[in-house]
Amino acid sequence: MPKRALSFVLNGERVEWEVEASDTLLRALRENGLTSVKRGCEEGECGACTVVIDDEAQKSCLVLALEVEGKSVLTTEGLPAAPGKLHPIQQAFVDEGAVQCGFCTPGFIMTTYAFLKAHPNPTDEEIRHALSGNLCRCTGYLSIIKAVKAAAAALSNQSGAAEGGR
Amino acid sequence: MEKNPLTLIGTQLVRSDASEKVLGAAKYVDDLHFSDTVYLAIRTAEVASGALRSIDISKARGSHGVLAVLTHADIPGENQMGSPVPDYPILLKPGDEIRYVGDYVAFVVAHTREQALRAAEKVTVMVAEKKPVLSLNERIRELQKGGDYVPAVHQKIRKGDSDPKTMFDSCDYVFEGDFFADYQEHAYLETQGMIALYDQDNVMTIYGSMQCPYYVQNGVARALGFPINRIRIIQSVTGGAFGGKEEVPTYFAIPAALAAYHLHRPVKLVLSREEDIQWTSKRHPIKSRYKVGIADYGRLRSIQVEAHADIGGHSTLSPTVLWRSSVHAAGAYEIPNVRVDVYGHYTNKVPSGAYRGFGSPQVFIGIEGIIDDVADHLKKDRLYLRKINALEKGKTTPTGHLLPESVGAKKTLEEVERLSDWERLKERVAQFNREHKHLKRGVGIAHIHYGVALGAMGHALDASGAFVNVLPDGSISVHIGGTEMGQGAKTVIGAIVGEVLQQPMEKIHVYQTDTFFLPDSGPTVASRTTVFSGNAAVLACQELLKTLTALYSTEMAVPPQSVRYTGGVFSNTEGQKPVGFGELAGIALKKNIGLCATGWFQTPRLTWDPENGFGEAYVTYSFASQIVVVEVDCLTAEVVVKEVYTAHDVGKALNPDGVIGQIHGGFVQGMGYALYENLKVNEKGKIVSDNFNTLTIPTIHETPEIFKVSIVEEPFSKGPFGAKGIGEPSLIPTPAAIANAVSDAIGKRVREIPIRKEYLLDLIRTAP
Repeated sequence: MPKRALSFVLNGERVEWEVEASDTLLRALRENGLTSVKRGCEEGECGACTVVIDDEAQKSCLVLALEVEGKSVLTTEGLPAAPGKLHPIQQAFVDEGAVQCGFCTPGFIMTTYAFLKAHPNPTDEEIRHALSGNLCRCTGYLSIIKAVKAAAAALSNQSGAAEGGR
Repeated sequence: MEKNPLTLIGTQLVRSDASEKVLGAAKYVDDLHFSDTVYLAIRTAEVASGALRSIDISKARGSHGVLAVLTHADIPGENQMGSPVPDYPILLKPGDEIRYVGDYVAFVVAHTREQALRAAEKVTVMVAEKKPVLSLNERIRELQKGGDYVPAVHQKIRKGDSDPKTMFDSCDYVFEGDFFADYQEHAYLETQGMIALYDQDNVMTIYGSMQCPYYVQNGVARALGFPINRIRIIQSVTGGAFGGKEEVPTYFAIPAALAAYHLHRPVKLVLSREEDIQWTSKRHPIKSRYKVGIADYGRLRSIQVEAHADIGGHSTLSPTVLWRSSVHAAGAYEIPNVRVDVYGHYTNKVPSGAYRGFGSPQVFIGIEGIIDDVADHLKKDRLYLRKINALEKGKTTPTGHLLPESVGAKKTLEEVERLSDWERLKERVAQFNREHKHLKRGVGIAHIHYGVALGAMGHALDASGAFVNVLPDGSISVHIGGTEMGQGAKTVIGAIVGEVLQQPMEKIHVYQTDTFFLPDSGPTVASRTTVFSGNAAVLACQELLKTLTALYSTEMAVPPQSVRYTGGVFSNTEGQKPVGFGELAGIALKKNIGLCATGWFQTPRLTWDPENGFGEAYVTYSFASQIVVVEVDCLTAEVVVKEVYTAHDVGKALNPDGVIGQIHGGFVQGMGYALYENLKVNEKGKIVSDNFNTLTIPTIHETPEIFKVSIVEEPFSKGPFGAKGIGEPSLIPTPAAIANAVSDAIGKRVREIPIRKEYLLDLIRTAP
């Protein structure tokens, strides 16, 4: 099958890839070295492959790579404002003990990223609703709820000054 | 050397691997790439029972992209992966018995995974099918008929008067009940995966997701016919395990290693979710019958337990799992007369195996349910009844183990009483129930003990090593035989090393486990890593301090007994002539003094009588008590956990945040088992619910809003800084506590988990 050209913005930079028409975005990202995007179920149930497409959290196993033509895709690799400097959401996940095995973590972070953009001051109920499409088998989710709240607080402090990270 | 105040142990620690995980930089097995890699697919029998007649691989071999199709004839070593019982051939040969749908027939290797999968479907097999045995009840009936049927496993405990004819004679009341706990799937988020490289030095190197690299090393050596020194296993970052990556990863390392051996190319096998659920072990379904005798107004006097477990098509770890079931079946109480029989039966289904709790959550629902029956009948408070029967220092466990120390059992009960404001909680719930017709709340308690590490039956494996190396710049590298699978082993071992050497965490790097560095350190299971790898690390660090103290003594002309080491600085008794750790390390290395040490920890042999099932079962025990409040919608049988109060005696919490993380996670996994996770097997022996669309595990929605934890610290003198284990005790009380809470809400005993809606509706309909 001939490969097709794909052009989109990945973590702030324009990329030109060649993909198979049948490739999912999950597959295309992983094959191009974005291994934070995890393969957990390949049917949209676990959320480990969640990325942000034009400000919306989406499960990349349910999106064809060609569908992101011209769009902007963000993964956890693209969140730090500078190399090694954690984004406030990433920092909150570290600080609140929301990381154990870590396999679900990038997906949770990306869901949180899109969610907090739309809901900068969320209630517990809103957090539970927003993150119910991501599975975690290690933490029991309590530390994740705390991390999302801590991230919201950190981001709203920051937005008073300039926008940090992306 | 004098004792210094603790600076890392017991403080808030940042997980050492968290940053790389949030950045997406942590490399799990599927993230590793080697050039020239080829991919493997497994062709399984797809029939649950029968005899394999023939295998035809010609079509598969000619399929697009295929490099090799391997069958039984291609195994250079022993065609066997069953351990301890050799009942599990790697690849079936014609004439062999098929024991479950996932038995291997052929391994197909191709340029891509898709090509390998397509070709695997083209392997044709002829089978003389037999009617599979899919029901545990069928086996129990066979045993009860008393013919020549012998169960695969029989573990027993006998203490005091264990004669069923007389042991209840002196009891005032006798209570009986049947219970059933079904399968549970581990559902770790990262599926199983392996990469095998047959590269330099004729060594087979394997990277993979696993808990127990030494199991994999031994299993692959046996299959390849290699000496163990030519097998090297490197654990890649592992995305959850929970027992599911104990014995099972060997079954995927072997195919990858065989293919790498034949093709001399890197071979990758990473399972799809469906393959993972179909082919990997589950928690044992266990049916149990309890008979409990009471005397003296609520004292447990006699207990008889008969339990039957479905071990599936191969016995794998079942003898060990069911031994743990037998030790814990009578509960965490002092009982003079005990008779426990736990049987394991073959069926034609997926093998049952290790799962967090290791055969104990299934039996705790029995004893904890009966205890409530006793309390209710005697009109005594359920918490009080547990208190008067609880274990204490100087008392003996149901296996006759006299407990000399570290028994926080009663304290955990007192702590949940305090946390929950017990009397007021009961009133609150009663009030709620008076005000609601269809919504009913219930309170449930469970109290458990958990034998830490492998115990008397696993003594031969119960030792661990650590290797600590101080580098010229003062940084410290640490290798341990235990593994990090998400629970935080690297962080806690780093803290132990930092504490003993009085160095900050930033200077310490704990490596991924690699069999190249240390002798067989046993498995990372049984909540033993903090104690075993931790103690080994302490021993290694003490060696290093001895070397450094001697050096300081020579260099500074201070008698060895007057050397002080505090805050990372060596000095004389008056605190003069200070030399920092890093500086002294630099001097040592310039003088060609080696600063590396190995620590090796083993526990003293336990006194255990295997014939009669009596004695010291485990080196020590963790204890826990848990109270939960559930709300049952009596019209829809919807159950929600509203409140959780849980107390855990962990000896000493070395990393309190890590302990709490385990407790949260263990609870939610136990809650999933109690309420949601129905694993269905069809009439052909195949699992129906083989992905997350049909297998429901808890989401953030189901996580209880009120969750209070108390950590009890009754130090274990042989643990590092007094620590015991928490990995499994975090889950074990939960299914029993929830079953009891639901029973309380509906006024009728729940006897099955998971509590399926149809089952619960039936109970509600027939409740008084």
